[in-house]
Amino acid sequence: MRVYRIMERKWLWFGISLAVIALGLFYLVTRGLNWGIDFTGGDILHYNIGQPYSLDEAKKLMESFNLRTVEVREAGDDRQELIVRTVVLTADQQKKITEAIRQKWPQAQLIRAERVDAVIGKELQRQALIALIIANIGVLIYVAFRFEFKSGVAAILALVHDVLVMISFYAIFYIPVDTTFIAAILTVVGYSINDTIVIFDRIRENLKIMGKASFNEIANTSIVQTLARSINTSITTLLSIIALYFLGGETIKDFTLALIVGIMSGVYSTIFIASPLWSMFRGQHRTARA
Amino acid sequence: MSLRARSLLKIAVILLIGFFLAYMLYFGIKIGPYQVAPAKKAIKLGLDLQGGIYVLLEAKPKPGETITDEKMNAAKEVIARRVDQLGVAEPVVVRQGENRIRVELPGVKDSQKALEVIGKTASLQFIGPDQKVILTGDNVSDAKAVYDNLNRPLVSLKLDSEGAKKFEEATKKFLNKPIAIVLDGEIISAPVVMAVITNGEAVIEGISSIDEAAQLAALIRGGALPIDLEQREIRSVGPTLGADSLAKSLRAGIVGVFLVMAFMILYYRIPGLIADIALMFYIMLTLIVFIMLDATLTLPGIAGFILSVGMAVDANVLIFERFKEELRSGKTLRAAMDSGFYRALTTIIDSNLTTIIAALVLFYFGTGPIKGFAVTLIIGNIASLFTAIVVTRILLVNLINTRLITNKKLFSA
Repeated sequence: MRVYRIMERKWLWFGISLAVIALGLFYLVTRGLNWGIDFTGGDILHYNIGQPYSLDEAKKLMESFNLRTVEVREAGDDRQELIVRTVVLTADQQKKITEAIRQKWPQAQLIRAERVDAVIGKELQRQALIALIIANIGVLIYVAFRFEFKSGVAAILALVHDVLVMISFYAIFYIPVDTTFIAAILTVVGYSINDTIVIFDRIRENLKIMGKASFNEIANTSIVQTLARSINTSITTLLSIIALYFLGGETIKDFTLALIVGIMSGVYSTIFIASPLWSMFRGQHRTARA
Repeated sequence: MSLRARSLLKIAVILLIGFFLAYMLYFGIKIGPYQVAPAKKAIKLGLDLQGGIYVLLEAKPKPGETITDEKMNAAKEVIARRVDQLGVAEPVVVRQGENRIRVELPGVKDSQKALEVIGKTASLQFIGPDQKVILTGDNVSDAKAVYDNLNRPLVSLKLDSEGAKKFEEATKKFLNKPIAIVLDGEIISAPVVMAVITNGEAVIEGISSIDEAAQLAALIRGGALPIDLEQREIRSVGPTLGADSLAKSLRAGIVGVFLVMAFMILYYRIPGLIADIALMFYIMLTLIVFIMLDATLTLPGIAGFILSVGMAVDANVLIFERFKEELRSGKTLRAAMDSGFYRALTTIIDSNLTTIIAALVLFYFGTGPIKGFAVTLIIGNIASLFTAIVVTRILLVNLINTRLITNKKLFSA
């Protein structure tokens, strides 16, 4: 079995991740996240125009209402749907917008309307952060208990990595962040830790068998031994989620895309972040039985 | 009975159970007084899948007013009564936290009207020309929409005995003067008193349509809200979008499952096929748990479920990879199978438990759709543990025992 020298190039792997995260942070600082109405408060009006239309015309039409912020987006398989995101509207404003759109495109229909007050979003934001921290602590305790504290720290850092990569992805591509983003992050956390545990389990087993080998060798061997499993599981998971991305409809596209990115990040972090970190924490030159 | 025959029998029994479950979920069954509806009907759909309105109301205290539990419960009751007037099939009106009320109205199309009915404060007052309140909606025992003899819509009110007495006095006092009928601070009509009314009946005139009269009557019957409520969150999904989302995600789910199954067979051959059978059990078990928990299926819920199908085969992938390693080291099929299962077990339990821990946190700290998502993840994890370990194992061990297939190549070695 060919063993790849993954541990030895750890700075390359760390560098790739850091570059992605740095780019994300750059956008995060300069432009910020595209907070969805769940967090900022506002209205989403989703129309089925019922015929081909020009997005520019829709933009112009919306701008004529002089709202503080307005975002207009195409949607639907045949690009005949229109999603308008604005600040919180009064019932009267909403009516007028719908009327204006129907005047231009008589077949248009309002198929979804959402209004959220910013208070709700702030609460969710806090809740999500607390949930994430507690989930991490829970995982740390479990891993420290079942393995050892250093493995727990390596696993948590890999999780933090995945969360940062996902946030970077949202920042770079300016995808609206709503409540499902939180669900996506926590799902990925669950998936990624699952993946990490599989390799750590193998490492624990190999520590007993390969007593004389260095920690680097043990980690490299364990990765190769579990590689087929890592790849196959991510393929099956990605197959089902990609099907959902392409066939699942407009309202969950952002959500499934975030999951796809997160799952790929989870596989990467398990092999190229968690394992090298573990080996580093254990001291790379000594042998396991030193 | 020989070992081979017994093994064949066991496989047949499991497959029969599978077919029975599939039949039950698809068509439903009826045994004596017991009835199981088909999954399609038994699973409740969230508002995002069937269309409808979701509103989150928050109490806003007036200066010097406090929000008490009683007031919140009273407000909930008032809203529940008003929602009943809308004629929604399965409305949900529940309190959420200290000062919020959640209202879900599946299937409602006219969100504007529904919101008006829910949100109106509906404080009804009769005010005399001296600006003093004569009586309020509390004294109204019934309200009905009717036509008068000129075919004009109006609301006829029946007052309780206290109200009747007050009204009699007022009509005596203000004979030939107008009494204003004020709803939510707005004068709706101000009829001039033509005669002393002693029977406790009053009418509200000046209403443009019978529909409006009916809505007004319903509001008055429902009573006034004891506190001001603000609409914090409103989500309305049209029925066509809901049906479209459902159809699309179901199709995506079927394609996703098919791809996963095809991959497993192509990569792992016979064990892959067995894992696919176990996967069918996984899907059916999850559906059954869903029906039993009376869970509501939402769009993120379906997404979580489809994702879980991809993840559900993970335990089998772990086992089969171990199995391959053991086969390569020269063990027999049966021995390799046993140690493959045995050695993969700790890994499977460790990795699934950590995921469940994360999902539990999600459930505990999440709200609404996130909570639903966490439930799907937890159910999925436990069900997949069962099917990937127990069902696959029984099927594989017995299949090997039948010695129908002995070529190690077919076992992906």
